Amino acid sequence: MKKELIQDAELVSNYIKGDESALSILIGRHKQKIYSFIYSKVYDRDITEDVFQDTFIKVIRTLKLGKYNEEGKFLPWVMRIAHNLVIDHFRKNSRMPKFDNAGEFSIFSVLSDSSLNAEKSMIKDQVECDVRRVIEELPEDQKKVLMMRIYQDMSFKEISERTGVSINTALGRMRYALINMRKVIEQNNIVLTN
Amino acid sequence: MAKIYSSASPKNGNLKPKDETVSFLLNYSKALSVINYNKLKFEALLN
Repeated sequence: MKKELIQDAELVSNYIKGDESALSILIGRHKQKIYSFIYSKVYDRDITEDVFQDTFIKVIRTLKLGKYNEEGKFLPWVMRIAHNLVIDHFRKNSRMPKFDNAGEFSIFSVLSDSSLNAEKSMIKDQVECDVRRVIEELPEDQKKVLMMRIYQDMSFKEISERTGVSINTALGRMRYALINMRKVIEQNNIVLTN
Repeated sequence: MAKIYSSASPKNGNLKPKDETVSFLLNYSKALSVINYNKLKFEALLN
């Protein structure tokens, strides 16, 4: 009963001083809130377990390294870490989509036809043609930088050497090229999506 | 009757981490030691 009365801030400071049991109280006190919070985002027990574990590994490391800045807000801080790790999890997953293995195996979940069908390839040609026409509208110096960067895949360093301007100027021209292209696209209501 | 559009949240009685996870964390915490050396901090896992 007495343990419940100790404030989080005090437990954190005891833990930093080396009292391992303080961590156990902190985890015990907040585990359900943090776990439910993670579960409410990911809806998967195993992932929740992983994120929960990573959250506290981060908490432990930060506290032990003395990087924790006590502002009397232990739980919101842990929640923020958990939130960031949930975002990391979704980012990682969108980069590496996994196929659902739960039911029977379907070969189509791993095979897909990446080539464009006739309609999509026509749209793609149209879009590319439109982009070229928009580029033609740009002032010469901006057009040059944009072509070198996008179509010839040159770095800004190479572009600056080739055109004899500083890197900053090349970057600025690229920026204005994009701004101007957006303007032209907006003014003419050009749709560049397929 | 008013229609409820929100979906029911999954009722999971025990939304708690597994005991193994908690005990792993406590052990990790015990094993992790930070060594200070000339303003540098080194982490060491002493198992």
